[in-house]
Amino acid sequence: MGFLRKAGAWLDDRLGISDTIMPILQHPVPPGAKWSYVFGSAALFCLLLQVVTGVGLTLLYQPTSADAYKSLEFISHKAVLGRLLRGVHYFGASGMVVMVGVHMLRVYITASYKFPREMSWISGVFLLFLTLAMAFTGQLLRWDSNGVWSAVVAAEQVGRVPLVGTYVARLLLGGDTIGGQSLSRFYSYHTLLFPGILFGLVGFHLYLVLRNGVSEPAKVGRPVDPKTYRQWYQDMLKKVGVPFWPFAAWRDTVFGAVTILAIIGLALVFGPPELTQPPSPSLIYTNPAPDWYLLPVFALFALLPANIESYVIFFGPLLSVLALLALPFVSNAGERSPLRRPWAVFGSVCVVVFMGTLLLLGLKAPWSPHFDAKPLTASIIRSTDPTVVHGAALFAEKGCIYCHQVAGHGGIRGPNLTLVGRRLTPGELRIRIVNGGGNMPAFGGTLSQKDLAVLVTFLETRK
Amino acid sequence: MSEPTNPAAPADEPRRDFLVKLSLGMGTLAAAAVSVPVVSALLAPLLEKEPQTWRKVGTLADFPVGSTQLVKFENADPVAWSGVSSQSAAWLRRDSETTFVAFSVNCAHLGCPVRWEAGAGLFMCPCHGGIYYKDGSVAAGPPPRGLTQYRIRVADNHDVELLTAPIPITNITS
Repeated sequence: MGFLRKAGAWLDDRLGISDTIMPILQHPVPPGAKWSYVFGSAALFCLLLQVVTGVGLTLLYQPTSADAYKSLEFISHKAVLGRLLRGVHYFGASGMVVMVGVHMLRVYITASYKFPREMSWISGVFLLFLTLAMAFTGQLLRWDSNGVWSAVVAAEQVGRVPLVGTYVARLLLGGDTIGGQSLSRFYSYHTLLFPGILFGLVGFHLYLVLRNGVSEPAKVGRPVDPKTYRQWYQDMLKKVGVPFWPFAAWRDTVFGAVTILAIIGLALVFGPPELTQPPSPSLIYTNPAPDWYLLPVFALFALLPANIESYVIFFGPLLSVLALLALPFVSNAGERSPLRRPWAVFGSVCVVVFMGTLLLLGLKAPWSPHFDAKPLTASIIRSTDPTVVHGAALFAEKGCIYCHQVAGHGGIRGPNLTLVGRRLTPGELRIRIVNGGGNMPAFGGTLSQKDLAVLVTFLETRK
Repeated sequence: MSEPTNPAAPADEPRRDFLVKLSLGMGTLAAAAVSVPVVSALLAPLLEKEPQTWRKVGTLADFPVGSTQLVKFENADPVAWSGVSSQSAAWLRRDSETTFVAFSVNCAHLGCPVRWEAGAGLFMCPCHGGIYYKDGSVAAGPPPRGLTQYRIRVADNHDVELLTAPIPITNITS
């Protein structure tokens, strides 16, 4: 025991555990910081989980355009516990996006970004976008057909940058087209460049917590006054501050551990998303869609009016970043309590509802043609008249069914035609089909007069 | 005076100034020198001119007049580790004995792969529902412009050849 005690004392002296590290761990924090303060550290725990599982995945992954897909199949179906490893990395990414988002909302709602924590907010804004960049490049590294088309869609988005768009797109793909150079670059970004910047910023973000202190829980009628705040904060800490470790940190570690266990549980139950087709841009019968956390953006692209969309794709993110960066300077002092800042709460609710709605729409994708819609069955047609039956066949053959539903069968992009015979006369139907209109193509050029008449006869029986 | 002077003394101001400038200057120089090849690697796609080349996609006999077919071809300069990701595809239609038209499979909206629906006579995109007529013009949905076309030529030996091209990037002014 004597030896161990001596060795411990030696390490303590040489490493400065008692002198330097413990005072940092036990720095005083305001009391009463309850469970709402755990989301930032949960995001950090998710990041650590991503680092560890990411290192595990690189042991198995082949970062070349030719082999990445095959190695993903190996990881998902053959490697020992590879499916679990991939699943944890996938749900860990989801967890990190969620925790970063909730942490940011909490900081906004309690106005913790106000004096003197402006730089914490600003570094946090960059961390948010880095997290999203990691999430996007990560889903792309699966390098299945979804990954390849994600790269193309990203290139098209940056292509909307004025003047230099085409060059930026080319830079992103590593050339004029998808190829051997594309995946190498995304792999480098995802495993080296972005994590490097992320670690630096996380270190800076944490340093600022020590420098300016954890924000005290907001209280109605106790506004932030930059002139007196620091002095007031120090006095408060002296009077009622508690050591961070373990009196505040226990909640962080407990919540972080529960988060990680939940992620592992999800990975065990659901596993990672199944791979789509191989990464050949010539395999076009595919239905590219991003992972859930980018579905709101995906949905937005389908719903924006075409004439302003290009501008929204460029100016939308630009203005959002500028607004977020400007926030702590526009609103630097005053009340922090959400009870005195109802518009901040209202705005947060709006953002959550907006994103949630877009997510649901993205999952449903009502704007996409249903290419797999089957021809209508006899029980739906409800007629033995050969013209009506022929019309129902044409309804599928000419692609009407991709976008229009009849009795629950077909796409939902256009109006439901189950009862269209009640709404429109044969003449109106004919005009509509020939000329198109709204969001419907004109079929006058492709339908013969005879087919048109048969189709209208079928539709007229839908009542 | 031969003994060491106090570095904080006012007389040492020029020396301090020099040492600061020397350190920062040398550091900047070394960092700049290193960054040249690193930034070159990052910007390589912009520094290299990418070639275009004619690729055979079939012979005249493969394409009946009036048919629209998906043709696959290799990009202009695949690297050894490209695998299948250097493949591209185009929709090739033979309009008459002598004329072909070839459309990019990339939707002009955000680049997703459009499919030719022969029954409807339309190109349709699965991502956001962009629809195009058979001539490639926009029929419905969000695309701000029509489908891009490839150049096609027929060689003397009846090979049908397609000129490879970059993935068409839609700009903000399109």
